[in-house]
Amino acid sequence: MPILFEKRQIVTPGELLAEGEYTAGENSYLEGNKIYASRIGLVNWDHKRVNVVALKGLYNPKIGDIVVGTVKEIGFSGWSIDIRSPYVANLRAADVLSRSFKPQNDELSQVLGIGDLIVAKISSYDRAHDPQLTVGEPGLGKVTRGQLMMVTPTKIPRMIGRKGSMVSTIKQETGCQIILGLNGIIIVTGKNPENEQLAMKAIQRIEDEAHTSGLTDRITQMLREEKAKREVSKNEEEK
Amino acid sequence: MKKKNKKLIDKKGLRMDGRKPDELRSVKLEVGILPNADGSAYIEMGKNKILAAVYGPKEMHPKHLARSDRMVLRCRYHMAPFSVQERKSPAPSRREVEISKVIRDSLVPAIFVENYPRTGIDLFIEVLQADGGTRCAGITAAALAIAEAGIPMRDLVVACAAGKVDETIVLDLMDTEDKVGSADVPVALMPNLNAITLLQMDGILNPDEFEEALNLALKGCKKIYEMQREALKTKYVNLKEVEEQ
Repeated sequence: MPILFEKRQIVTPGELLAEGEYTAGENSYLEGNKIYASRIGLVNWDHKRVNVVALKGLYNPKIGDIVVGTVKEIGFSGWSIDIRSPYVANLRAADVLSRSFKPQNDELSQVLGIGDLIVAKISSYDRAHDPQLTVGEPGLGKVTRGQLMMVTPTKIPRMIGRKGSMVSTIKQETGCQIILGLNGIIIVTGKNPENEQLAMKAIQRIEDEAHTSGLTDRITQMLREEKAKREVSKNEEEK
Repeated sequence: MKKKNKKLIDKKGLRMDGRKPDELRSVKLEVGILPNADGSAYIEMGKNKILAAVYGPKEMHPKHLARSDRMVLRCRYHMAPFSVQERKSPAPSRREVEISKVIRDSLVPAIFVENYPRTGIDLFIEVLQADGGTRCAGITAAALAIAEAGIPMRDLVVACAAGKVDETIVLDLMDTEDKVGSADVPVALMPNLNAITLLQMDGILNPDEFEEALNLALKGCKKIYEMQREALKTKYVNLKEVEEQ
């Protein structure tokens, strides 16, 4: 029996997607030889694999993911970090200080205070243990400036694009630094507020239209038009 | 049954509110109406008005309630003091504690609890106005709220009651029918898997009547399921329109 839905059709949890020789991909599950959806989303398939692109989902930590988190709690030898996932992540003091941590010498709240924003990588995580973070790599650590955006974690892959084509387009057109946390938090840092605004506008647009095709081209076009408009208004002001 | 009671079914075979025996009350469903919650839904079923809100999955507090192999669903069914004619004390009554438990048990089979071990989700079902069949309407709304929160589910859950009134098997009892009638059978169903997750009976029915009532309730569930699915999709209809351009 074939697949019962057209591509990109919206489905709700429990809807029968396909029957027969198929495998269940993301947000779907196999029961007997039938494949059902497990989240609300849009159906998609390639070959024998049926996927649902979730319209709303949770962030599931994976080892190696770059995430953006906020410090929630200061413990005896590290911090608890909220990474917008069902699990609270831990960051060890020794990892941040890159030497052994001695409670009598170091005051943790002076290194990272509650509410501080950090970019970190997940170094270990499994079903039985909470995720462990590390900041011991270039580009990771405390965030001191920039604009913060929150999106649904399921849409981050769309913002990255094929081999990073989408982010690099925005970066190129706006000259902004963009950090995409896989947990759905984005940091945009630019030379001036206008560029940051422009980059954020593009990101917002991707979130709203994440499930449409040909988005990279439309975003490029939008960015160029906006920039052209700004040039014109600037020139007029100078006159 | 007392003889003094007025007829619940008139000569034409219609009920007090003019419904046919196998007719549902009018249902209105809305998804995502509480921005603070991770998922929420609102249901109006006849005079019933019920809100459902879901928070989580998140770290379980207190910690000893967490399970190392699965997610815990904590459920609170509560009737507002103004939901009934006589003021209802806001403290959870014996009945509410039981209904909370029954609702939790009817929803857990539909959720992939094993996907998020050591976490918990909080489900709140607040009855703003009650007119019989609130546990069923509550389950229907709660399932939508859970789905909207992005929690993976095997299927939606939909619930509906049937019962016996004036020697007739009727669908979706309202408050008076429930109190004066002779039996009430609430049923919760996972429609695609065709699995019953809640089946209770209050009153007296013979086996044939019970089967008739159960089948009627299942039919009602399937009707409500269509509306439930529609409500969930409607929230994302705007997205679909963008796509079609």
